[in-house]
Amino acid sequence: MALLEVSDLRVHYATSRGPVRAVDGVSFALDPGERLGLMGESGSGKSTAALALMRLIRPPGHIDSGRVYLDGKDLMTLSEQRLREARLAQIALISQGAMNSLHPVMRIGDQVHDGVRHHGVRMSRSEWQHRLNGLLARVGLRPEVASAYPHHLSGGMKQRVCIAIAISLEPKVIIADEPTSALDVVVQRTVMETLRRVQEDIDAAVILIGHDMGLMAQFADRVAVMYAGRLLEEGPVRDLFQRPGHPYTQLLVASLPTLSGKAQFRGAPGFPPSLLDLPPGCVFHPRCPHVMDICRRELPPAVPISERHWAACFLLRAPEVRQ
Amino acid sequence: MSTLLEARAITKVFGGGIMSRRQVVALEDFSLIVDDEEPTITGVVGESGSGKTTMARLLLGLEPVTRGAVLFRGRDLGSLSRTERMEFRRQVQMIFQDPFEVYNSFYKVDHALEVPIAKFHLAGSREEARDRIERALKAVGLQSDETLGRYPHQLSGGQRQRIMVARALLLEPKLIVADEPVSMIDASLRATVLDDLRRLNEQFGISLIYITHDLTTAYQVSHNIVVLYQGSVAEAGDVEMVVGDPQHSYTRLLISSIPLPDPDQRWGGELLEVSRPEVAAGNRGCKFAPRCPHMMPVCLEKPPPLYLSGDHRVAACYLQDQWPTITREDMGSIFIRRPLSSSAAAPKSADQSTTSGLSPTQ
Repeated sequence: MALLEVSDLRVHYATSRGPVRAVDGVSFALDPGERLGLMGESGSGKSTAALALMRLIRPPGHIDSGRVYLDGKDLMTLSEQRLREARLAQIALISQGAMNSLHPVMRIGDQVHDGVRHHGVRMSRSEWQHRLNGLLARVGLRPEVASAYPHHLSGGMKQRVCIAIAISLEPKVIIADEPTSALDVVVQRTVMETLRRVQEDIDAAVILIGHDMGLMAQFADRVAVMYAGRLLEEGPVRDLFQRPGHPYTQLLVASLPTLSGKAQFRGAPGFPPSLLDLPPGCVFHPRCPHVMDICRRELPPAVPISERHWAACFLLRAPEVRQ
Repeated sequence: MSTLLEARAITKVFGGGIMSRRQVVALEDFSLIVDDEEPTITGVVGESGSGKTTMARLLLGLEPVTRGAVLFRGRDLGSLSRTERMEFRRQVQMIFQDPFEVYNSFYKVDHALEVPIAKFHLAGSREEARDRIERALKAVGLQSDETLGRYPHQLSGGQRQRIMVARALLLEPKLIVADEPVSMIDASLRATVLDDLRRLNEQFGISLIYITHDLTTAYQVSHNIVVLYQGSVAEAGDVEMVVGDPQHSYTRLLISSIPLPDPDQRWGGELLEVSRPEVAAGNRGCKFAPRCPHMMPVCLEKPPPLYLSGDHRVAACYLQDQWPTITREDMGSIFIRRPLSSSAAAPKSADQSTTSGLSPTQ
């Protein structure tokens, strides 16, 4: 059974020009210990979707509909009190730019302690000291870091502190929203490897949110591709990179620069649509090189490609049903 | 032979005034030559703090050098006459990282394109100006009716950056310095901007200095590459050679850290980085030594010279000491692809040849 099941999640932002459908009917499931990549460009709704899983959407945004079952409990109907207990303890967030959200005049050790204490974990000083050192060691930091202030640490070290906070109560799900977007490539690698190691240690599932196909290929077991608030494709990472089903994914994969030989650049033509004025039918049809009449009228269904791999595209349906 | 722009061992030190004792060497002994005759793309790659943006600002004369010289057609930037300076401003253009901040949001994007035409008196009439703008937009794959007459916020980041490319192109410059031009643009649009840059070089004969933290895009667009580490050149030269067979441990670390978009080539393998904080203090040698898995005692004594480890490449690493050295002033000569004049040929006998370098346009 899936650990986390998200069905038909919709997040709308109220504006004077009507609702912006930032997340428009997103469904996916996550197995225990699995690493899912939620990939999308800016404005695709990937971060909004992640925040919605923890009910962290603030007005003028609101969760319009959807069910998020974590271990059989629907997070959308939990009381505020229960939900607060579930955050960090069962589902933890490493937010974008988390390293800059550390308190500037509070020692690292105290900041890690904060979350644990607020969840009612009581322990003696020496017990806590022991546990804190263990947490820091897990993310590859020396015990001295506990008495340091954030400005003493490099970006990579701060991000590892944020990972330590996220795993402090051994949650079942970690949501990592662009955890390395401000870091250099060498540091990025060490942070991602740290995240993978601790995730395997505590057997947590991870949702990695990002725009970098390279990171997805390195980290994820499965990748879901989001565009204009909707999921267009989802599948095991190898399948998705080797046999992308949706034209958008195909363009993304084809436009990736590599170090093995210079290639012609193939960007996707056109630009992502405005969320206020989504095109009818398939959201990608105005940019799609294979657009057909039906794409302009109807929403494409999720068409299975292979085991656990699907894409929302009419091209993948048998020729006789396309019309 | 003639050089358009040359940096000769330029160094920039910040701080160290009366109020502050602490000096930061942002860039040290950096040399580069942009050929006037053969347009090339030179990628300058480095992480944050590597001095790559400082280098751009020095090359453009936006910041005075502490030591060394920047020469425009053989003349020091500091001693250009008024007309020469105007010529420099026209021939050398800049594209900045952030396509959101370069626009004045109160003006339509047309304004950003009209100002350079007016400043440099490029058009005799409104029609001529309009025609010039439309041609420049078309060259970067934009339709003028989709872009002109709009405000910056009505356009996407990719469109805005392409308009900046068009703006640089308007002046028909010989060189464009582009500082992280695609780092804020989404993947599906990034390729189109990179393609624009390539086309500027191939179709319009414009040289480019492409500054980035992203080795993969630098590899894709550049002919030559410079890898900077903490303000110093670690390795430089022909891009295929440097990326295909890196000779500096830092370049190898950088390449191995790139998240390749291929699930079958995941991170792993040999350990390319070590941590020796104890040698970092008091280190007077190679800046990368405290992280280098191949550190030798000599690495901590004095900075490695540039070893000329091939026709068009250098590496600042003692592991390459079987090769002849080249002075920091002369390093720029490796970027010239045409057969070199005799004086610029590789000095065989080490550092004493300080004077045998390229003498620009003499």
